[in-house]
Amino acid sequence: MAVKTYIEAIHDGIREEMQRDERVMILGEDVGKKGGVFGVTEGLQQEFGEWRVLDSPLAESMIVGVAIGAAMNGMLPIAEIQFQDFIMPAVDQIISEAAKMRYRSNGDWNVPMVVRSPFGGGVHGALYHSQSIEAIFAHVPGLRVVVPSTPYDAKGMIVAAIRDPDPVLYFEHKRAYRAIKGEVPEGEYTVPLDRAATVREGSDIAVFSYGMMVHTALEAVDRLAADGFSCEVTDLRSLRPIDREAVVASARKCGKVLIVQEANLAVSVASEVAAIIAEDCFDSLDAPVMRIGGPEIPAMPFSPPLEKFYLVTPDKVEAKLRELAAY
Amino acid sequence: MAITRTDSKARAGLDAETLRLMYRHMLRSRLLDERLWVLNRQGRAPFWISGEGHEAVQVAFAMNLRPGHDWIAPYYRDLALTLVLGMTPKDHLLSVLQRAGDPNSGGRQMPAHYGCRRLNIISTGSPVGTQLLHAAGLALASRMRGEDAVTFTSIGEGGTSEGDFHEAINFAAIHKLAVIFVVENNGFAISVPWQKQMPTQDVADHAKGYGIPGVIVDGCDAIACYRVAREAVKRARRGDGPTLVEAKVLRLTSHSSDDDQRRYRSAEDLEAQKERDSLLRFKATLEELGVLHPGDAEEMRTVLLLELDRATDEAEAAPLPSPDTAMLNVYAERGA
Repeated sequence: MAVKTYIEAIHDGIREEMQRDERVMILGEDVGKKGGVFGVTEGLQQEFGEWRVLDSPLAESMIVGVAIGAAMNGMLPIAEIQFQDFIMPAVDQIISEAAKMRYRSNGDWNVPMVVRSPFGGGVHGALYHSQSIEAIFAHVPGLRVVVPSTPYDAKGMIVAAIRDPDPVLYFEHKRAYRAIKGEVPEGEYTVPLDRAATVREGSDIAVFSYGMMVHTALEAVDRLAADGFSCEVTDLRSLRPIDREAVVASARKCGKVLIVQEANLAVSVASEVAAIIAEDCFDSLDAPVMRIGGPEIPAMPFSPPLEKFYLVTPDKVEAKLRELAAY
Repeated sequence: MAITRTDSKARAGLDAETLRLMYRHMLRSRLLDERLWVLNRQGRAPFWISGEGHEAVQVAFAMNLRPGHDWIAPYYRDLALTLVLGMTPKDHLLSVLQRAGDPNSGGRQMPAHYGCRRLNIISTGSPVGTQLLHAAGLALASRMRGEDAVTFTSIGEGGTSEGDFHEAINFAAIHKLAVIFVVENNGFAISVPWQKQMPTQDVADHAKGYGIPGVIVDGCDAIACYRVAREAVKRARRGDGPTLVEAKVLRLTSHSSDDDQRRYRSAEDLEAQKERDSLLRFKATLEELGVLHPGDAEEMRTVLLLELDRATDEAEAAPLPSPDTAMLNVYAERGA
């Protein structure tokens, strides 16, 4: 099986789906000739033309609003928001419009649209090129929010997202683009949009994470394995809905829980996972549920010592795991 | 910019049948609108937001569009538009009375949040201006498939302050999409007069900045509205791109049933606009042209009121939604 980078996997999934289905189109800033600022859509305008890979004006509400309209008239648009930090002007279109279209029309209208956007820090992107604001959208019924962490999932989930009849927010960790490689099968396959994946079996501590932090968690878990601690790592993959069954099963099995995310913790994905465990696993817990995430500051600062302070690192996760193990 | 008006003898080439139909459409919307106010004031309907004073331009456009072929992204004052396209008084009564059979939303949305799948009227929410971008997207899809469908979208002059208004016209103009942007300018955004909404008197001035035609029409002059609508639709259909149409209309009622415009509009102003009412003017014009004869309008009214009475009874007899349906249609229902 071919080994591909995370960014290649996303690109290939989009390209193959565009070859299979002429309703699929892309619109966003710099997606055409340049192929996107990160290169996800490289070569696609040359292959599919200027309509299907449309360089949009610099207006995020427009990108998503036009995608909604096109989706309601038979297209399958992929709207690219260049950085998750710049999605804010489009939030009205995403939350007030796309998320509610099916519900408010009592099922008469739907919005089969994907909004793709890179998120996350550790690339010297400072406050406005580093944020992890997925929790805002994970709060909203009517949306699906997914974050693949491997090239395999990245391809299978972008194809599933394009085919899904409801709006899907597909968030890509920008540090994963070229740092994460993995085996990706040739040809067509999908990965479900609502299922977590066990990426490491274990029995002492259940670790839940998503996106780039899955890899950070795995690194820390490997260090503990050397000392005989067995951790089970679950990649949530879907933040809305959260795969409740998978969370409960792993938490019950291990009795101790650590939730790892890059975003700050207050009212976040980690909060929801902890709440599910509190509701459903009370009698299985051997320790308080622990969480690790970004600090409660507005966003990631620029200067390296400040950026490093913000980031969840394998060292920080390891320390928290040892605290839990000793509890 | 000059305002498009007609003198009373100009019929824009319209035959008597079309003129009579146009008047009937306007009257039908007005009578339904009045009925909905009555239901609200009687305590039978919690809310109504009216289109009284906006009918002429809506009827003119709807009569020039192809229902179920063209695309419609309306706003909350477009009652007359939806009726001409094929929605019925009963449809709207079901909505105002929050019944399960409301085709707009199944009783989920407030009244006047229009939507009708079979007529390509997309579902509209409450945030102002968002539908203009949907219109651009609808037209983009039509353009990509090489179809000749026209997209109609509308908004009040207050909504022109929203960013989406500018983003939508900009995008549609860049790609010469077949969108008609109609601004129904009644001079007030709830209580805020146009002078505090925009620095120039005419919304249509914006068209210049986007390199598209801007047209102002007297929205109380039904025949002038028809001429402007016909031209804008033709232009869009032949692929020449968007038009920004500003109709100077009247807001004959308060913003909504929860508002009282006497608090911010003078008695003289409110009295004066009654004389400009498009229904009165159009009736006088048609009588002058010999299209309507004495008694015709009254007979029309009698017939339309009978339809309304029947629709009101049927809507009141229709069931409310069952609470267990509240969880439906959040996402597509999934197969096994």
